[in-house]
Amino acid sequence: MSTGEPARRSTRGTTRKTTDSTTRKAVAARKTADSRKAADARKTAGSPEPADASARESMAPDPPRATVTTIVTATTDNRPGTGGDLLLPVPDEDLLSPVPDEDGAPFWEYAARGELRVQTCTACDAPRFPPRPCCPHCQSFDSHWRRMSGRGRIWSYVRPHPPLLPAYAAQAPYNVILVELADAPRIRLVGNLVTAADAALDSVDPARLRIGAPVKVAFHTLPGGMTVPRWLLERP
Amino acid sequence: MGATLKDATAIVGIGQTPFAKHLPESEKALACRAVLAALDDAGIAPSEVDAFASYTMEETDEVEIAKAIGAGEVTHFSKVGYGGGGSCATVAHLAAAIATGQASVGVAWRSRKRGSGPRPWKNTQAQLPTPGQWTRPFGLLRPADEIGMLARRYMHEYGATRDHLFNVALACRNRANQNPDAIMYDRPLTREMYMTARWISEPLCLFDNCLETDGALACVIVSAERARDCRQRPVYVHSAAQGLPAQHHGMVNYWNDDPLTGPAWTAARHLWKGADLGPQDVDVAQIYDAFTPLIPLSLEGYGFCGRGEGAAFTEGGALEIGGRLPLNTGGGGLSEAYVHGFNLITEGVKQLRGTSTAQVPDAATCLVTAGEGVPTSALLLRS
Repeated sequence: MSTGEPARRSTRGTTRKTTDSTTRKAVAARKTADSRKAADARKTAGSPEPADASARESMAPDPPRATVTTIVTATTDNRPGTGGDLLLPVPDEDLLSPVPDEDGAPFWEYAARGELRVQTCTACDAPRFPPRPCCPHCQSFDSHWRRMSGRGRIWSYVRPHPPLLPAYAAQAPYNVILVELADAPRIRLVGNLVTAADAALDSVDPARLRIGAPVKVAFHTLPGGMTVPRWLLERP
Repeated sequence: MGATLKDATAIVGIGQTPFAKHLPESEKALACRAVLAALDDAGIAPSEVDAFASYTMEETDEVEIAKAIGAGEVTHFSKVGYGGGGSCATVAHLAAAIATGQASVGVAWRSRKRGSGPRPWKNTQAQLPTPGQWTRPFGLLRPADEIGMLARRYMHEYGATRDHLFNVALACRNRANQNPDAIMYDRPLTREMYMTARWISEPLCLFDNCLETDGALACVIVSAERARDCRQRPVYVHSAAQGLPAQHHGMVNYWNDDPLTGPAWTAARHLWKGADLGPQDVDVAQIYDAFTPLIPLSLEGYGFCGRGEGAAFTEGGALEIGGRLPLNTGGGGLSEAYVHGFNLITEGVKQLRGTSTAQVPDAATCLVTAGEGVPTSALLLRS
């Protein structure tokens, strides 16, 4: 990591103290819920496996299984003081990690292996994104994950400026690009154009941002352990 | 032939609270004030209300409103999803209920303390799951970022410029400068202010974004027959539509054949199909303006111009009073108040009553739209 990084680290100590116990509680609550769910699943399956089996299973090489994360969906946008802002899935100084749903989980598990894959209908061969239970063209529930070449073109981009969540404000203005995949032109992935997989979100000179610019995928592992695709210019 | 919505119902009462960055009262109290004001405007007693409609994002439930204002037995209540996309649908649902005999006096409302309350996008817990997993980790955090992405592409494809977006911001601000209730009543906008404003998400600057407002509004809907006995001149719901296009993805509509045609196109097809009128007959339009680029997209969607011509449509004062299509004559979400588009409905009613602060002479037909870029809705009102 380069530029914005030292500044973010220096503010870490103070902010963390105030939210740490809340975050820990939230994580603990989630863990309890998860292990209870795992226990329930074992009961149903009659399996004697230990509680961490689900975690191991989610990293199994092929085919990846969905890791279900318990998510509290707020029914409102503006109820004050419910603490939603404090229940961050990762420490608040860090960038947000993806919270996969059941359909999306394989995408992230393949990303962790450095592979960009897209859900594809086994019956009619149509790729689809975002992932979903069945094919909107032929209604088949059978799908697999097709590997992409990792090449594409910038379809559009923005440069967010504050107000932003703190970790993003620290690197703003940065770029967010929308990449049209060469292998599946209707699928456009949101990502960041960077000078290297682990470089800061603002590492590319904004003058280099251009609709139509060819890009290729790279993978970056976030502090929380999730791996996300990022994008490099084909002609840096 | 079953019941038809066409001119079967009318809006007979409107009410609102003041608009401000911060109002001291609760959302519930503001909602009650707006609803009671609308009923008083209509000359209908609260005990006669038997239907309610609002947004899923509305904090105050109909149970609370009904018991606070003293409503009688309520036989229809519904809530519409997708934030500002639901505004016109609240009226449409009540119109459908009244036209089919499910209820007789309907109240739609929205109360929101978005000015002094938290920003929805800061709630990471609620925002991260589908489809947030595909966008938010990369810093596409706010609606402004999501719409900015489509705006950049639109500018690239059709040669739209920031001047076109400024035309939208200016028209709304000019109307707000005529409206004492508008938050931006005494604050004119110049091109220099716009061009030098701070960025929010390039290519969108501060003035491309709507206001953050506390406030509440409501309206009362009854059958056309009953409307004739009400205190105010009836404003008829001539046509109404909702729109969720095939393979639409909400504000991050990036994953289909044509992301630049959104829900407006779907709602428009149904709206005009149910109407005796077309876009050429519209005297004044209240088009949802959470962000300036939604206006050119909506102008195309609702058929005021061809594909890719929405930006050019704004040239030459077209959106000003006396122009081809006077826009958001109370100031809109950009300059009057942002209350999820409900003030666009009430302003449409004012125009057709002839009581707007920026009255379009002899206005007889008004298009009102809800949020474009999310599953949306629209109303065609006539006097």
